Amino acid sequence: MCSPISFELGHGELMGIVGINGVGKSTLLKTLARFQPTLSGNVLLKGKPLEKYSGGEMAQLVSVVLTEPIAAKHIAVQELIALGRHPYTNWLGKLSRTDKDEIEKAISLLNLEDMRTTPCAELSDGQLQRVLIARAMAQGTDIMLLDEPTTHLDLYHKVAILKILKTLAHSLQKTIVYTTHDIELAIQLCDKLLIMNGDKNPFDQPCNLIMHQEFERLFPSDNVTFNPKTGSFKIRNI
Amino acid sequence: MNRKRSKKAYFLITLMVLLLCFMGNISLGSVHIPLGQTFQSLIGQPLENQSFSYIIWSYRLPKALTAILVGSGLSVSGLLMQTLFRNPLAGPFVLGISSGASLGAAILIMGSGLVTGLYLGHLGPDLALALAASLGSFLVLFAVLGVAAKIKDTMALLIIGLMFGSITSALVSVLSFFSTSEQLQRFVFWSYGSLGNLGWGQLSLLFFITVLGMLISMLSLKSLNAFLLGESYAQSMGVDLKRTKYMIIMATGLLAGGITAFAGPIAFIGLAVPHVGRQLFQTTDHKIVLPAVALCGAIVMLICDGIAQMPGSASVLPINAVTSIFGAPVVIWLLVKQQKIIF
Repeated sequence: MCSPISFELGHGELMGIVGINGVGKSTLLKTLARFQPTLSGNVLLKGKPLEKYSGGEMAQLVSVVLTEPIAAKHIAVQELIALGRHPYTNWLGKLSRTDKDEIEKAISLLNLEDMRTTPCAELSDGQLQRVLIARAMAQGTDIMLLDEPTTHLDLYHKVAILKILKTLAHSLQKTIVYTTHDIELAIQLCDKLLIMNGDKNPFDQPCNLIMHQEFERLFPSDNVTFNPKTGSFKIRNI
Repeated sequence: MNRKRSKKAYFLITLMVLLLCFMGNISLGSVHIPLGQTFQSLIGQPLENQSFSYIIWSYRLPKALTAILVGSGLSVSGLLMQTLFRNPLAGPFVLGISSGASLGAAILIMGSGLVTGLYLGHLGPDLALALAASLGSFLVLFAVLGVAAKIKDTMALLIIGLMFGSITSALVSVLSFFSTSEQLQRFVFWSYGSLGNLGWGQLSLLFFITVLGMLISMLSLKSLNAFLLGESYAQSMGVDLKRTKYMIIMATGLLAGGITAFAGPIAFIGLAVPHVGRQLFQTTDHKIVLPAVALCGAIVMLICDGIAQMPGSASVLPINAVTSIFGAPVVIWLLVKQQKIIF
């Protein structure tokens, strides 16, 4: 379906996956999260093939933030974040001292102190996204995968979420991968970018990708053009 | 900490209400027995009136215990369904599981010439009925689950559950068309639902089934909480989806199927009580909600049974009618109050 994709990511790196609708960004992310088997090729996690890990081991290494709405709309913020400790608790899910500390850490990291008991149904999109990221944080994994975390948010909150991701990656040495349509923001904030264009699928630092004129080839040229100086897209032939 | 203490207080209050309803339920009926004497008899002291003691021990006590088992079992099975299908309107009735049990019972009662009747016949009528109804409910449950794996839309799933219900009731009507009036009467009485038909022997069997179902649901408490976020999140947190689903289904099939077998199809308890429990205890954590729902279910069932007895008169209403009269308004009230059913 898609030509070969190859990339490697280390600790403390924030990576964005961009590409035109339907090119397979979410499919790639789902493969990395092991929600579906690899269509072809290998995914190595810490040098070991992804499929060799058990479900429990995976849960302690990779956490996710998805686009699908959470099922229980009325769950309180703190209860939702506490679910992140699932891989570490006993059969009853009883929270230990460490678990509670991790939950507190995640809450303060994402400034959610004021809304601990708020039901998720009453949160704004931006707040809900922060809560979901806090849950993934509480899961204490080295790797965090996010599927379009900035969709539905206004520009201000998009930037807020992305800055949080960048801080988490750099200060806590997490590896964070997210898919996005906000290419201009991704160029400014990501350490590495994967452009899925169905051809060579280049993966590099944003400045190198601009230099190699990869963004010009991202979309068919009839509607938008890319300005390499400003790193932004312009509408063509209005 | 404070919230935890208040939950404990809530549990204590609920438990006390349950005890009160239990006593009340036993003292109510066509013959009025004063609460004091009821209590005396229950703690083992002989009563002056021998017939009171006979009524209590061989009729009312088993009925009240049945009500507790049926109420808590059906409510828990409803809670499990709602979490598994992430649908606030799920329940043993809506998903056609009760209709499956009816089909099993109908085949056994009315289609006795058929193979099933022959095979189950030598097990004794009670066990055979329980087994047939459980098999029927498992059958529908697996069919619904099979469809659920293909269809993500929960609304469609409910409709499919209703369709399965229609198919099974169609089969039941075909069976009843060809059955003798005696068989038909037996089936119709079964389908009205009744808590009072169980002797101590059947009661202990029902107790065993309910406890088994509850134990299995307790083993999946943690996974149930993970399911609150949806299957993908649950999987990402290390939940074994397949195993958990089978556990939940086994528990539901045992609870809903077993109870329907002994007490007949009882509507609305499984759908309405989980909402009452969640509202009362203000949480979605299954560690709290599951026991809370079990307690509430027992209370509601005891009250419904008390009403069905029509205290002071000799006649008894079908329990199914009473639970519907209680349950349907609860669902409407929830919808109106919240604008939408929360979960």
